[in-house]
Amino acid sequence: MSARELFTFRNPYFSTGIGVTVGLLVLSVLGGFILLPYAQSDLKFAGLWDAICSTAGLPQRSAPATAPAPAHRLSEAVLTPTMLAYPSRESIGRGATLAQRCAICHGPTGISRADSPNLAGQYASVIYKELLDFRSGARTNAVMSPFAVNLSDQDVADVAAYFAYLPRLPAYHPERQLPKPRIVIYGAPLRGIAPCGSCHGSLDNKAGSPWLEGQSEAYMKAQLQALASGQRSNDISQQMRNIARAMTPQEIGEAAAYYASQPPDVVKATD
Amino acid sequence: MLVNRRLILAHFWLAFAVFGLALFLGAWQMLVRSPLYTWIGNPEWYYRSLTAHGTAMAYVFPTLVAMGFGYSITESALEQRLVGARWAWAGFSLIVVGAVTAMVPVALGRASVLYTFYPPLIGNAFYYVGVVLVVVGSWIWVALMSVNLRVWKRAHPGKPVPLAMFANVAGSYLWAWTSVGAALELLLQIIPVALGVRTTIDAGLARVFFSWTLHGIVYFWLMPTYIAYYTIVPRAIGGRVYSDAMARISFILFLVVAMPIGLHHTFADPQVGAGFKFIHSAFTALVALPTLLTVFTICASVEIAGRLRGGRGMFGWIAALPWKNPIMLATAFSFVMLGFGGAGGLINMSYQLDSSVHNTQWITGHFHLIFGGAIVIMYFAIAYDLWPHLTGRVLADLLLARIQLWLWFVGMIVTTFPWHWVGILGMPRRMAYFDFSDPAIAPQAFSVTLSAIGAFVLLISGLLFLFILARAHASRATDAGAYRFSVAVHPVRSVPLALNGYAIWVALMIALTITNYGYPIAALVARQDTSVPAVYVGAQ
Repeated sequence: MSARELFTFRNPYFSTGIGVTVGLLVLSVLGGFILLPYAQSDLKFAGLWDAICSTAGLPQRSAPATAPAPAHRLSEAVLTPTMLAYPSRESIGRGATLAQRCAICHGPTGISRADSPNLAGQYASVIYKELLDFRSGARTNAVMSPFAVNLSDQDVADVAAYFAYLPRLPAYHPERQLPKPRIVIYGAPLRGIAPCGSCHGSLDNKAGSPWLEGQSEAYMKAQLQALASGQRSNDISQQMRNIARAMTPQEIGEAAAYYASQPPDVVKATD
Repeated sequence: MLVNRRLILAHFWLAFAVFGLALFLGAWQMLVRSPLYTWIGNPEWYYRSLTAHGTAMAYVFPTLVAMGFGYSITESALEQRLVGARWAWAGFSLIVVGAVTAMVPVALGRASVLYTFYPPLIGNAFYYVGVVLVVVGSWIWVALMSVNLRVWKRAHPGKPVPLAMFANVAGSYLWAWTSVGAALELLLQIIPVALGVRTTIDAGLARVFFSWTLHGIVYFWLMPTYIAYYTIVPRAIGGRVYSDAMARISFILFLVVAMPIGLHHTFADPQVGAGFKFIHSAFTALVALPTLLTVFTICASVEIAGRLRGGRGMFGWIAALPWKNPIMLATAFSFVMLGFGGAGGLINMSYQLDSSVHNTQWITGHFHLIFGGAIVIMYFAIAYDLWPHLTGRVLADLLLARIQLWLWFVGMIVTTFPWHWVGILGMPRRMAYFDFSDPAIAPQAFSVTLSAIGAFVLLISGLLFLFILARAHASRATDAGAYRFSVAVHPVRSVPLALNGYAIWVALMIALTITNYGYPIAALVARQDTSVPAVYVGAQ
């Protein structure tokens, strides 16, 4: 048996096999690249070649047009899960010096008694992102914005590294721990709400999401309401706004009260 | 002439042990996301279990069955001692090492990415390395099948290759080529990211590579089943193969068109052009052909058996069939499930129909019915048929075997029919939790409950299967004689050259891969702006 005997059109298996396969291929190419594109009345092509390129998946550059400017500034922070993971000692030290000005609201040990967030042991990426957003104006606050305006990129990274370095102390919220409300355990799948812990640290942490245990109830409630109303809009791709809008006022209250009553020792560490 | 029995038994036992463990996970998953159980609290546990279940059931279990069955075919159909038995043990060891390497990070929760990988999710590198080792182990088997056939052909020039071996080697070549897609995805894309060499990944390209593997692998799982249809069933029930040539053509068609059709798994993916989706859809329709040929040939072969046993009339031969024979029973169940599963498959391959079931529980129901049902029930039949020859002991418990097959059939129908149904109602797949107290999905609670009960019937059946096989090792010794395969109605004296080898068909398979996959892959490789940051999963 030789290849010459096999690969010849005198061999009926070879000629039929090749013939049928090529025939089907040609037919399906004609169908997929010419017939079907033209059968769709809502698609307009410049010509046959355009139709073929389009159905082959060749990306088409649309005409340059300036995107409409958003009504408010959007967050420009870029985060990856490990970008701030290994800060240098110098960075933490510089951060400690810079952080003295934060103490009046956020507490000398990073634990607030003024309904501001507790920052001790918060994920570095969270502090980094929020400071960048305050600086750019994507998030505004009468107190915070002026502090952030003059920080350099290095300052922001250093402050984030310092607060992430501090130990998580149990916060000053002495009421007893509340049972988990439904919205926290299950989310609400039919409204597109994932369980809080799947981003916020007790199950998993997604870059840029803070852990919430022991934070001020009033603060968390206010933020959820601000996200729901659109007053706060620095969440990337509306991740939190979509969730907050779908939450009922009662659920917002329950989630805030629950997290405020929790000690922060169940939170996942990051690398 | 089964010489390397220990080798074959090792493959089968490891396969079935893995299968038994993965069945537990499957039943647990069905339970925890059904209304019968309160929420486990952490979806990570669900996805961890799902990854282990999928990896074991899709990569380890069927590969080992195909390998073990392939070695038995080589020795018994070619009537020659397996050439390269040491290599076969090496391949087996690679699979053991690979399976353990992959399962440790999964068990630790560091690779809950599901068996289809889903980049940009990235798990621990050892998971992927383990999967690669399993595949490399199976490539040794592919090489051995080819070498053994070559040795036989050299000793028997011009003789027709026995059908069982012809089909077996076709299956091994299909696997060799179809596994290349996932291997490229793992080696070029995922493992460098998992090792930290790169931090971004082209998820779209990775999905195209995986689709290269994803449909061919199903036909690789199917191969032992089809080999059993043609070469075990007619012999076991006292019939003849209706047409040897038809059988060869079916296996050749599988070899040519089972693989270059995988883009129908990416109908909803934006990175693949609609034209290529259409081509793949058209060629997917073609792959129904060898299955229809097989259904026809096997029904005809079974009818021969029924008439030889004295069955008369239009349907009288059906009653005359040896229904107490587990092989007969398994084949009938397999055909029923293949019929429903195949009909579902025709829906999935149609672009418009697929859009209504895409990413719903329909799809999970579909592949469980086809793989877990039609295919695996014939794996049971293969094991029952081979066991006396491998162990040298009687498989006495035919009643228990029949009960086991009935339970598997009923369990699979009860599991998968409601599963399809809730998919049509829109229930998404890959979800760890459903809130059945919500009025919007409360009506689906009954179907999901039914499905979960079916899963436990399957678990019982699977354990019964292991019990029957294990007990046979202790039953009385017997001389089962040589292991034989079915003979055709018309004895096969000579076969056209083209149906006795693979050269044309492998060439066609590779050519179709180039025409159907060449441009989509090349276009994505050439583009520089398609990578996204990897999302590392797992315990931190």
